[in-house]
Amino acid sequence: MSTEMYKPGSYPNLPPPPGTVGFYGWIKSNLFSSISNSLLTIISVVLVYYLIDGIIGWFFFDAVFDADSKIECRKIDNGACWAVITRRVGQFVYGFYPEAERWRIDISFLTMFIAFAPLLYPDLPKRKWLLWFSGIYPFFAFVLINGGFFGLAKIEYSLFGGFMLTVILGVTGIVCSLPIGILLALGRQSKLTVVRTLSVCFIEFMRGVPLITLLFVASSMLNYFMPPGTNFSILVRVIIMFTFFSAAYIAEVIRGGIQAIPKGQYEAADALGMNYWQTTRFITLPQALKISIPGIMNTFIGLYKDTTLVVVIGLLDPLGIGRAALADTKWNGLSTETYLFVALFFFVSCFAMSRYSLWLENKLNTEHK
Amino acid sequence: MATNKTKSSKPVIEIKEMHKWFGTFHVLKNISLGVNQGERIVICGPSGSGKSTLIRCINRLEVHQKGDIIVNDVELTGDLKNLETIRSDVGMVFQSFNLFPHLSVLENCTLAPIWVKGLPKKEANELAMELLTRVKIPEQALKFPGQLSGGQQQRVAIARSLCMQPKIMLFDEPTSALDPEMIKEVLDTMIELAETGMTMLVVTHEMGFAKKVADSVIFMDEGEIIEQNDPKNFFNNPKNERTKLFLSQILNH
Repeated sequence: MSTEMYKPGSYPNLPPPPGTVGFYGWIKSNLFSSISNSLLTIISVVLVYYLIDGIIGWFFFDAVFDADSKIECRKIDNGACWAVITRRVGQFVYGFYPEAERWRIDISFLTMFIAFAPLLYPDLPKRKWLLWFSGIYPFFAFVLINGGFFGLAKIEYSLFGGFMLTVILGVTGIVCSLPIGILLALGRQSKLTVVRTLSVCFIEFMRGVPLITLLFVASSMLNYFMPPGTNFSILVRVIIMFTFFSAAYIAEVIRGGIQAIPKGQYEAADALGMNYWQTTRFITLPQALKISIPGIMNTFIGLYKDTTLVVVIGLLDPLGIGRAALADTKWNGLSTETYLFVALFFFVSCFAMSRYSLWLENKLNTEHK
Repeated sequence: MATNKTKSSKPVIEIKEMHKWFGTFHVLKNISLGVNQGERIVICGPSGSGKSTLIRCINRLEVHQKGDIIVNDVELTGDLKNLETIRSDVGMVFQSFNLFPHLSVLENCTLAPIWVKGLPKKEANELAMELLTRVKIPEQALKFPGQLSGGQQQRVAIARSLCMQPKIMLFDEPTSALDPEMIKEVLDTMIELAETGMTMLVVTHEMGFAKKVADSVIFMDEGEIIEQNDPKNFFNNPKNERTKLFLSQILNH
């Protein structure tokens, strides 16, 4: 009955018809829009209920958290036998790092968040002071974890393992590969033939070779290329390989971002009298990196998960530790629990990275604020 | 409008028998042009006639292959140092604004003064606010370009160029990408700028603007300057056939 008459130009803003917006409107249009749709909704809810019921039971209610062996687990309950994890949690986290020195890892890990905070959150209060800490953190962490200075006992790299090894390899690789990737991307776009050729060769070689090959090279062959007498540890060699490998990928992702910048941006910068480095620093990179965030994060997450490949050259990453646990006759056959636990660790880390990148993308989106 | 042609003796821009090719295509043919201090020149012509390319040669966004271009007594060559001097003396406004979308309006205006001219941040901010006030959008200073209308963006672009305190301003079809209702605000800004005595070279199809502020109008076709005259004679009594045809096409619709 809305046949009311309004003078031209005086038609009021009316509310939308009832049941089309809000919670009720959403339910109606998404879950119960037709008879078949309503049936599907009900069937799905029932299915999901049974699935979750079983899964949660196996994970928590029927699970055993402490026992001496698998046989003992089964005697207590028929769910997951998490005892394999709880009994060996120290190894999963620290590898064979001496128990008395593990506080050094704890401190390095916790302070890592303080070091990263000002880099990841540009609006942090007192950011300038915290950045100083970020600058010295690599040395601080190296001294603490490696030892050999200030009366701290030197710890052999062969004792490193578990999640700690993953974090060391992953974080170092990520932090080092971004600047190298940026330089390679700029190098590939350079007008200087030598720089461009070197960048292209490096990128194409690193991308064209499987990572596992590079790791074998790192573990066996790299020492042949070094001057005799230099003996830098397998861990450093592996980190170098991870860094180079993902730097090549990141370079290509960033190159895509650089090419997406309209030509007019460079013309405007040129017309204002800015030189190459000023343009790169203030115009090209901020925009290219913003566009490349999803791709860069993709590469980072890939690198982080690829750290498990070090198991093939004898380093004890979480999977290696898991295998060792499964080889123990007491825990034989608990691979589901072991691998789920390792998977959970990786999922949590990678999901956090992914959420951060989404947050950053939103924050940097200046188009429609 | 009054002309100041007699005022200055030495041209600030001098182009002598300049040629330019894109590959084998001869875009600019034997261009000679002198622009005096404070002179306002409007360049018009059909699309593809080389008018944008011509003004882009003046700050070497395009490189000419033959002839000389002298700006403020400095000759345009491959020498980077000369180029930087010229570019900080010559402002340019583009058809598509080319604002930096990741920087606020204020940062757009202060970036080059701070890093190219070495102006302290505080002074650069004050100067930018003064010029944003002059183009009548000081209240948008902290917004991002993507939040502004086309006309506002173009006025920011003008303010950004003026922040470098240039001696010459180049306008490359500044109103062609704008909605009709926004063209006027940009033209008004340009008219005000002309009144301050700025040397201006404007590529545009806005003949009203040409009639109102130009000291001299140039008609270009197929890479050549066909005709140059003061606006009164140019519009009322064009000499060349092609000029007549062009004017009849753009004025009678």
